[in-house]
Amino acid sequence: MSGLPLVALVGNPNAGKSALFNALTGARQKLGNYPGVTVERKAGRLALSDGRPVELVDLPGTYSLDPTSPDEQVTRDVILGKQEGERRPDALVIVVDASNLDNHLRFAIELIALGLPTIVALNMVDLATRDGLELDANILSRELGVPVVSTVAVRKRGLDHLRQELDGLMNGAPRPYTGDAAHDFDKVRGEAQRIARAAIVRETPSRRLTAAVDRVLLHPVAGFIILLALLFVMFQAVFSWASAPADMLEGWVTALGEAVTNTLPPGIVHDFLLQGVVGGVGAVIVFLPQILILFFFILMLEATGYMARAAFIMDALMARVGLSGRAFIPLLSSFACAVPGIMATRTISDPKDRLTTILIAPLMTCSARLPVYGLIISAFIPARTVGWGVGLQGLVMFLLYVFGIVGALVAAWALRLTVTKGQSSGFLMEMPKYQWPRPQDLLIGLWQRAVIFLKRAGTIILFTNIVLWVLMSFPKAPDGVRQSEYSIAGRIAGGINVLVEPIGFNRDISLALLPSMAAREVAVSAIATVYAIDAEDDVEALDKGLGERLQGRWSLATALAFLAWFVFAPQCISTIAVTRRETAGWKWTGFMVGYLFVLAYVAAGLTYWTATALGLA
Amino acid sequence: MRLTDLPLRQPAYVDLIDWSALTPSEGQRLREFGLCEGASVEALHHGGFLGKGPIACKVGRMTIAMRRAHAAAITVRTGPEMPDMESAA
Repeated sequence: MSGLPLVALVGNPNAGKSALFNALTGARQKLGNYPGVTVERKAGRLALSDGRPVELVDLPGTYSLDPTSPDEQVTRDVILGKQEGERRPDALVIVVDASNLDNHLRFAIELIALGLPTIVALNMVDLATRDGLELDANILSRELGVPVVSTVAVRKRGLDHLRQELDGLMNGAPRPYTGDAAHDFDKVRGEAQRIARAAIVRETPSRRLTAAVDRVLLHPVAGFIILLALLFVMFQAVFSWASAPADMLEGWVTALGEAVTNTLPPGIVHDFLLQGVVGGVGAVIVFLPQILILFFFILMLEATGYMARAAFIMDALMARVGLSGRAFIPLLSSFACAVPGIMATRTISDPKDRLTTILIAPLMTCSARLPVYGLIISAFIPARTVGWGVGLQGLVMFLLYVFGIVGALVAAWALRLTVTKGQSSGFLMEMPKYQWPRPQDLLIGLWQRAVIFLKRAGTIILFTNIVLWVLMSFPKAPDGVRQSEYSIAGRIAGGINVLVEPIGFNRDISLALLPSMAAREVAVSAIATVYAIDAEDDVEALDKGLGERLQGRWSLATALAFLAWFVFAPQCISTIAVTRRETAGWKWTGFMVGYLFVLAYVAAGLTYWTATALGLA
Repeated sequence: MRLTDLPLRQPAYVDLIDWSALTPSEGQRLREFGLCEGASVEALHHGGFLGKGPIACKVGRMTIAMRRAHAAAITVRTGPEMPDMESAA
């Protein structure tokens, strides 16, 4: 794509930039990273009205060209042509929120003064109308000196108009640089207010939906209860809604395994495909529905504008452990995956605040733990209700999440008193208007997450499983000795076992711990591979589900200790890698890995010893 | 009166901002939110169980949240319209 002209979409946060980007480029977007920083680069291809393609890049939202956080820095550097790995844009599309003109125009004026070919997209005019605001795009265009197009991301007409204007722009001559004139903040603000007033044709006071909803959702007591209820529903849904599609996927995996058995003669290729590939990767794939449901909730919370309210509600609590409500957003994202969560900390401007948030983000229960939790809970926790339609399995799942959260808060508090000591930063945040998310945007978001997960399953998880299968299959054990113990992997696990035996872990777990460093889900596929290899000649055992097989080999105390371990253990190379990149070195990364392993060991040990003392062995 | 003492949903105007009580980046962010002497402001919600949480307020057409420490640096004046609005802008 690099030969194409580059057009950058830029504007304030909450100007509806992403929805416009989705509407213009559709589902074929390329997600990547800017080199050296973990700020996500979102690009797509757009055909102009004459069919010429241009590359459209969606820059992080920012309020001005004076950055206060890493993602705002990227926006500034790209626009000024200083960002490594990105060419300077050939044109800008400035997105402004029609109902917040006086504020967004200030940044627009600053950008227009740079002299790049520019179009202003007067976005979300439908919401402005809802608030009783009527605007004249022609006046705005005359005052700003650049084309202005009214857009609503769902309506085609404005988008076609935007393409047409962009077409003309790419052929036009550049405008003069007047950047210095736009440097006086107060003067530009005055100018923005004057233009906004001129462009507003009519303003009728109307019932503000957002204010009415906020009276309930930001209520000190009711708002907090609603937030907790929402999170509870989210985690229950992950368990209950996913079971039907997960069963379906499991059926397909089983069918695929049978197909392998029926078509290939017994032998090493057959074993490799059945045990290493289908058994291992298949065990992970079945958790796709749960992961998508979780991401669905998080995308919904973000798109509706509720996420900023959650940050507002949580700020008082977060302040007690030395963080701000802003840290709640990356932490909530970490429930899906710590990697985007840690990347989302780039919106936190205070460096120590940000470091603390990064260090505790892996304690949020990410979706990669779901397969592990799911397997153990369904095998060891009875599927009965505890009243009011609340299932015991869902409740245990919820408790595991709570342990992660409490652990994170305590860790943040302790870190803020010691290694990340310093004045706690403030909490300044815009509360966007509520809006109903567009289904297309949700679908594009979910599609991207599904692709990322399946890519992981097809690459890192597959690769780890193949290596593990080889290590577990050779050398061949003599009769009467378990293959999983006799193999190379079994001997390595024997060494690990010495360390983890005191906390109740058996050899199966020891064997699973090392490969699950690649990705937590591998713990499930690794255990599946162990049993598949051991059960080689035992047709009856192969027919049993993985959970059923676990019940025979693990005690309840061991299972609970295993769960406790996974609440805290920093077991994911990707998280460690992203932490290293974000903290610019191994010092804090090493610290994070160390303190989390210590926590995991202690938690698993305490769980095991307590459970054993209570007679749950 | 400080913004922290402003009764909820009572329209007011910013009289004075004590920029020295804010860090440079906080000051910059508040300015970017449109907070300046003469801006219209209305407190909407006090967060936290005991009212010790952040304050959500409307500044111009935007709703923003800030901690009480920030709001305490902002002096406001109630009243229908600021006479020197034009000159302040």
